[in-house]
Amino acid sequence: MSYLARRLLTFPLVMLGVSILVFVAIRLVPGDAITAMLGTEAGLLTPAQRTALSAYFGIDKPILVQYWSWLLGVLQGDLGISVIHGKPALTIILERFPLTLQLALMSMCVALLVGLPAGVFAATRNEKMSDLAVRIFAMIGQSTPNFVVGLLIIYALSAGFGILPTMGEFTPLFTDPLRNLGQMILPAITLGFAFAASVTRISRSAMLDVLSDDYVRTARSKGVPKRSVIWRHALPNALIPVVTLSGVEFGYLLGGAVLVEQIYALPGLGRLVLEAILQRDYALVQGCVLFIAFNFMVVNLLVDLAYVTLDPRIRLGEGN
Amino acid sequence: MSMLRAIFSHSSGRIGGTIVVIYVVVALLGMFGVTPHNPLQQFRIDRLHAPNAVYWMGTDLFGRDVASRLMNGIGQSFLVAFCSVALATLAGTMLGLTAAWFGKAWDGIVMRIMDVLLAFPAILLALLIIAVVGPGTWTSVAAIAIVYTPIFTRVVRGPALSIKAREFVDAARTFGSSRRYILTRHLLLNLVAPLTVQVTLALAWSLLTEAGLSFLGLGTQPPASSLGLMLADSRNLMENAPWLLIFPAVAIMISILGFNLLGDALRDILDPKTRRSAP
Repeated sequence: MSYLARRLLTFPLVMLGVSILVFVAIRLVPGDAITAMLGTEAGLLTPAQRTALSAYFGIDKPILVQYWSWLLGVLQGDLGISVIHGKPALTIILERFPLTLQLALMSMCVALLVGLPAGVFAATRNEKMSDLAVRIFAMIGQSTPNFVVGLLIIYALSAGFGILPTMGEFTPLFTDPLRNLGQMILPAITLGFAFAASVTRISRSAMLDVLSDDYVRTARSKGVPKRSVIWRHALPNALIPVVTLSGVEFGYLLGGAVLVEQIYALPGLGRLVLEAILQRDYALVQGCVLFIAFNFMVVNLLVDLAYVTLDPRIRLGEGN
Repeated sequence: MSMLRAIFSHSSGRIGGTIVVIYVVVALLGMFGVTPHNPLQQFRIDRLHAPNAVYWMGTDLFGRDVASRLMNGIGQSFLVAFCSVALATLAGTMLGLTAAWFGKAWDGIVMRIMDVLLAFPAILLALLIIAVVGPGTWTSVAAIAIVYTPIFTRVVRGPALSIKAREFVDAARTFGSSRRYILTRHLLLNLVAPLTVQVTLALAWSLLTEAGLSFLGLGTQPPASSLGLMLADSRNLMENAPWLLIFPAVAIMISILGFNLLGDALRDILDPKTRRSAP
């Protein structure tokens, strides 16, 4: 069976596994679901009310029956009702998702715009001082947690320029694009920082590999200008690992940058998960986790497909 | 000894190794309470004191010595990182080895479960586990261990499969070596190189994850100190007391940098194939 077919076939299986894991995990929460939902107020319920509630939510049935009806609901887009918000979990998730998507796209732009040129630059100056400087920066960038970057940026702005990033009220992109971009640029730089460092490192090493290939030497000896050798001949081949890395990172970012959204008070998906956990809104936790894992897997699948398209050796079954 | 010499003659290995050794010493001192002051003692008169000769890194809102809390916090963060990576390595190695050795159904079951675990972004899986069990130091250890187990399983299974097919393993079987002997002496010993690299890099990630979790208030709980918790506390005070932010921030960065540098050096040393293009 080809790599592609196997990859496509395992996708629904893994997704089923993910749904089982999420379902079981939430059922492992100590105490029963009614207490989890109502908190201390559950103590006020009479046994009859408790039984009625259990029957209403279907938690008096065997676990397999519960899972089956939950799964059928999920397949129809019913992720349950959030206790805190009093709305369907999917509705809340879809409200928060555009921000997370925008943040992920913007930080990917930051990472590629900084990382790719830096990596190519370092590779062409292999083992020189400028290469070393880029490598040191990349290493430091990769070792700095994004919330530390965020805190340091906020501190630098407030101490150096006496300004604080606008927080609290968030403006959606289509309401006021300029204001929105103003609010999003610092979080995007924060998130893109370590990502840019990874892109730098991987594009540098991929570029070094390609630059020592025979076809590049041939191009050079034919007298092709250096710039053209690097950007036209070498870079496209060096891009394959960069595409993979960016895709995987993008998948992570779509999962909501919990810490960065928290620091900049952005109402995105990551912060939603955190709020749901802290407020013990289990239907919402379950919905968010499932939604994020689904996105993450779809992105990873697309990355694999892109990889196969870019590198025919895998399609032919050699690189697997 | 030759390994140590190799690390210290490699440029990033030298820096990374030195950082890691210093941190481990500081962490041990912090864990066993050998700090300039008691990290929990509140010197009320000296609240929010800037760094000086008595309080090397200043004091926090409650008048606690930041240097002592930092040492204690490094101890705490390292404890979580080392325990979780040790657990993940143990579980991942056992699963990977047995999956490669027994193959068939067991391999299928183990690897599909690992696929499911890998279908979550790391921090999300950790958050899910904490949501179920409740926050705390040992929950973070378990959460980080579970998140990284699939990575170790994959790192072990691939090479183990190819070693299993080699002639010397067949020869050992023909000689009548026991299964345990072959698994530990032939397979495991040949996997030490990739495992060492992975352990070092995983330590860097787990320090990062631990700091993130405790920053969110889901890891180590106050009044105990941890690097993430110290950063969370510094948020509202950073303009007036920047030392509360700078010292823990730099401490986290350098610790992760140390493990990353060491991991890169080990990869270069242990795997000569990557030496030419090592980033």
